[in-house]
Amino acid sequence: MAGVFAPTRAKIAERTLRTDKWWLQPLITVVVLVSFIIYATIRAFEGKNYFAEPLISPFYSPCLTNGCPDGASLLGQPFGTIAIFGMVISPALFILIFPLGFRMTCYYYRKAYYRSFWQSPPACAVAEPHKTYTGETRAPLILQNGHRWFFFAGLIFNVLLTIDAVLAFRNADGQWGHLSVGTLVLLTNATLLWLYSASCHTCRHTIGGRLRNFSKHPVRYKLWGWVSVLNHRHPTFAWISLFGVALSDVYVRAVASGSITNFYFF
Amino acid sequence: MSAAEKMVKLRIWRGDAKDGALQDVEVEANEGEVVLDVIHRVQATQMSDLAVRWNCKAGKCGSCSMEINGKPRLACMTRMNMFEEGETITVTPLRAFPVIRDLVTDVSFNYKKAMEIPAFAGPTDLKPGEYRMQQVDVERSQEFRKCIECFLCQDTCHVIRDHEENKKSFAGPRFFIRIAELDMHPLDTLRNRKKTAQEEHGLGMCNITKCCTEVCPEHIRITDNAIIPMKERVVDEKYDPIRWLGSKIRKREGIN
Repeated sequence: MAGVFAPTRAKIAERTLRTDKWWLQPLITVVVLVSFIIYATIRAFEGKNYFAEPLISPFYSPCLTNGCPDGASLLGQPFGTIAIFGMVISPALFILIFPLGFRMTCYYYRKAYYRSFWQSPPACAVAEPHKTYTGETRAPLILQNGHRWFFFAGLIFNVLLTIDAVLAFRNADGQWGHLSVGTLVLLTNATLLWLYSASCHTCRHTIGGRLRNFSKHPVRYKLWGWVSVLNHRHPTFAWISLFGVALSDVYVRAVASGSITNFYFF
Repeated sequence: MSAAEKMVKLRIWRGDAKDGALQDVEVEANEGEVVLDVIHRVQATQMSDLAVRWNCKAGKCGSCSMEINGKPRLACMTRMNMFEEGETITVTPLRAFPVIRDLVTDVSFNYKKAMEIPAFAGPTDLKPGEYRMQQVDVERSQEFRKCIECFLCQDTCHVIRDHEENKKSFAGPRFFIRIAELDMHPLDTLRNRKKTAQEEHGLGMCNITKCCTEVCPEHIRITDNAIIPMKERVVDEKYDPIRWLGSKIRKREGIN
């Protein structure tokens, strides 16, 4: 690693001379993301307590295997129950790649994990530990250019999770016109996911960013302006929608396992 | 010494390409001063041969770029009252470029990169002065015209700061906003800017960690408004088979 220690540069022994707590933000990112990954992995493999009529956990929707409970499969059950070494593959694993891929290739999360996990760089003007660097020019990181495909897949999931939230306006017997804490939880989760998607850089590009002449496309220009406002808040939406998914799952699990009762306002 | 004056401790890097070290100095600082004022006082009273590049003292010329407590900053825009009482302020030259002497670095890398980017190519059927554009079509490019070429973004970018060898193939954030400015320009006729951004200027090496945006004294949203939009435009052209197919079927060049 020549870099800041290259022969022509000012001879300074320290990797950085920053005096602030530059390590704090990457540390928080690691703690939060690792916590989420551990929780999500445990829940994805658990394969139970994800459905309590009319609530379904966002980790398991749509439930696609024939082992899913009735009412949990918005798109039917195209897959049979698959077992590897006697272990049944959880329905969550059939759909995990889409939300995971969307977040993994997200421009904001890329910044977050490149800095905190890969330390490339750990913080601005703090020398990174790697000897060489090629960025996103070759495999596997060149695949980050596929973000838009996950974005479109993510929109389909947003629609499905919104339907889940609407279906939660029923009671456990399937009657409409009821509102429970679970309804609000799923509704909040769907709203946060829409905000995360709508503020996405790919969304901004697709809606109007790729145009050269806004004046020829006034409607797209207007939409681009709105998405640009949301885009300022993309990191915030990235985090709170992540918490939203996890907390929705925590709630549904608690209801499904019988730890708590889903309280109905009416 | 009046109440508004106080003594401050500085560590200033002094040396040249062969050798150098941080030197401690104590100097008077007055209320309302910036780091550049204090450096000038050091130069006037204690280190008459201290080399420092400066010009406008108003944050508009981009000359006094240096690293203050390890962060790339303009010395003329860094107020002394942002530091704690008794704090030692460390001042070094930019660490991504070859040092010439003391706080002055050789930033000619940036001028070479500037020359590698083809200039604005206006429509051949119009003469200069006949160009007509609507404000909504040029406002994105105008944000990038605020750049004062202080090169703090280039200095903080780890692609070249931490990897000298990448300087050959990487233009850096300052020039990605230049490419974006031209690619988004309603009258620019050069249609291969996306391709060359990726293949010749190293856009793919950027991993969007946003340090360039963090240090920009003009608050240009380099990453969100220039680099990521350019990455998406490159995807349109190079990595999106559906758009590629669409462009072949409709025989459309570029995007209107």
